[in-house]
Amino acid sequence: MTSLDTGLSRADAQNAAREVRKRKVQAFLFVVPLLVFVVLAFVAPIATMLYRSVHNPTVANLVPETLAALSDWSGETLPDDAVLTQFAVDLKRMANDRTSGQIADEINRALPGMSSVVKATARSLRRVDDADLATNGAALLLAANDRWAEPDTWRALKAAGRVYTADYYLTSVDLEHTAGGGIVQRDTQIYKKLYVKTLRMALIITLLTILLGYPLAFYMAHASDGLANFLMVFVLLPFWTSLLVRTTAWIALLQTNGVVNSTLMATGITDAPIEMLYTEFSTIIAMTHILLPFMVLPLYAVMRGIDSSFMRAAISMGSRPLGAWYKIYLPMSLPGLSAGALLVFIISVGYYITPALVGGTDGQMISNIIAFHMRESNNWELAAALGSLLLLLILLLYWLFDRFVGTDNIKLG
Amino acid sequence: MKRFPAYYTFRHIAGHYGLRLFAFLVLIFLMLPILVIMPLSFNAEPFFTFTDGMLALDPDAYSTRWYQEFADDPNWRLAIWNSFAIGIASALIATTLGTLAAVGLSSPWMPYKRLITALLLSPMIVPLIIIAAGMFFFYTRFNLVGTYPGLIIAHAALGVPFVIITVTATLSGFDRSLFIAGLSLGARPVKVFWDVVIPLIRPGVISGGLFAFVTSFDEVVLVLFLAGPEQRTIPRQMFSGLREQINPTILAVATLLVVLSAALLFTLEALRRRSVRMGGSG
Repeated sequence: MTSLDTGLSRADAQNAAREVRKRKVQAFLFVVPLLVFVVLAFVAPIATMLYRSVHNPTVANLVPETLAALSDWSGETLPDDAVLTQFAVDLKRMANDRTSGQIADEINRALPGMSSVVKATARSLRRVDDADLATNGAALLLAANDRWAEPDTWRALKAAGRVYTADYYLTSVDLEHTAGGGIVQRDTQIYKKLYVKTLRMALIITLLTILLGYPLAFYMAHASDGLANFLMVFVLLPFWTSLLVRTTAWIALLQTNGVVNSTLMATGITDAPIEMLYTEFSTIIAMTHILLPFMVLPLYAVMRGIDSSFMRAAISMGSRPLGAWYKIYLPMSLPGLSAGALLVFIISVGYYITPALVGGTDGQMISNIIAFHMRESNNWELAAALGSLLLLLILLLYWLFDRFVGTDNIKLG
Repeated sequence: MKRFPAYYTFRHIAGHYGLRLFAFLVLIFLMLPILVIMPLSFNAEPFFTFTDGMLALDPDAYSTRWYQEFADDPNWRLAIWNSFAIGIASALIATTLGTLAAVGLSSPWMPYKRLITALLLSPMIVPLIIIAAGMFFFYTRFNLVGTYPGLIIAHAALGVPFVIITVTATLSGFDRSLFIAGLSLGARPVKVFWDVVIPLIRPGVISGGLFAFVTSFDEVVLVLFLAGPEQRTIPRQMFSGLREQINPTILAVATLLVVLSAALLFTLEALRRRSVRMGGSG
């Protein structure tokens, strides 16, 4: 086969290639400012969180000398007096710097119950003078509390002192190290249950939005243009209304003396108010309300493009309406359905505000425990590990979404 | 009375009306919570519920005291100022950078288009709590936590995907030969961009900017983590109000916000229609 004679010389081809390169660079230059911005403002923070989940230098920064002395220790018996003395000196310094609370928290995470021991010992060592401490540190430490005589305590300190650790991931799936170095289930199972609960709630919310959203979208998609546009306002107005406003509304509706209970009591359905707010039920119903437009909008967009005469043809030939819907309409509306379902599911898995406000203790989701560790228990590394797992879950869902639905289906308004 | 095809049986017709009834019930479910808070915000009593007087339509049971309280409270005034300042500043950053990027992304020559688009849209997918935690760790190092720039940068990053989506949609209907025509007549690319491209894609840019503004205006998770007391926004103020001392001032604010979102909705709808008229996909 001979090559096509395009009439292009080698020089022409090179010119063309240069022109293409130039245009590529030109297009890319338009994107560069935003790319730099997003990398610095968004990607770097996420990367920091991922790093934080395996990196905790707090203890290593507080007691570097003690940890260096502990590095040769076998772990079976009590460490040398030199190690103990060094730690006593460190502890006094931290008591004076007001950092002893930090190390107490960190050791406590490795060995529960140590927080008060560390704090009490730090208080008692504050009064000892430096010279005495440098010679009798070990004895003073052992005298302050019996637990300093246990190898377990020092193993906990050594474990807390590791700068890089996967322990937070173990904790976030309810596992822990044993003294012997094995990995076992924790006594209290918290996080696995919470992940399962979060997924279960997200699934219920998704099913409810399908149940409510599909018929509505179907009705609107095959109504006249004028009616459809008019009804669309009632979907878009809640969609555009602040999340806080909608959550406030549900608090007003569901509280003990709220609108729903007053109505139920006035109509005689119940005699006493039903406790609905601050439960899993209130979280699910408020989130269903908030996320329903995310289901209706993609469904409506897809259904609008389906010719309803297919359904009419099937019915005219004797099919039952549900049969015609199942065999003909459902497969055609599936792209909208899966787009809406995955969108709602992904959003609800990571939801924070509504469960925090109407969920009570019962309706808390994984995001709420992450916020708890960030803001209240100050266990930032555990928050980061839980967050990383959640991120992995979301990316997995998103990958499925992209693979089966395609991200081009995402549209606004 | 609507006419049905001759082959419709009674059950078909019942099904039709059943569907219509169900659709209207769902619409009521969507709207009712928003409508209920409006009369409640005129409650004369400090409750979140209808009093007997209100149900009897007694004018004394209604008052505008919670609106007065809202207007007089310096905390709420600061929150309003903050919400608008942070919203506008972050929307401006997101819209400027986002529009430029959208122009590059819709070029047929753009390298790594899928990868870069996915990266730029990712703030929309990642849960806010994760973004908040990550930003808290990262921004602390640059002393950006508890400052206006920190919050503005954070909200701008959240607004970026919306600008990209709306502007690329408008650009899909943009005739690239206009750009080339401008160049061929001797104008520099920047001049063509300002004088030809921008006027044509303006509806998309404005609605992208509005989306970015609303995203910031409505956002509370990042504010919880990154803002100091000086940067309290309206949603942040509502959040603490709902957690600490529930009183109908929040309902008054909520009512005003519903009115504001209705105004925004109609603006966006008008822009979308204009954009569709001008050949974009809206």
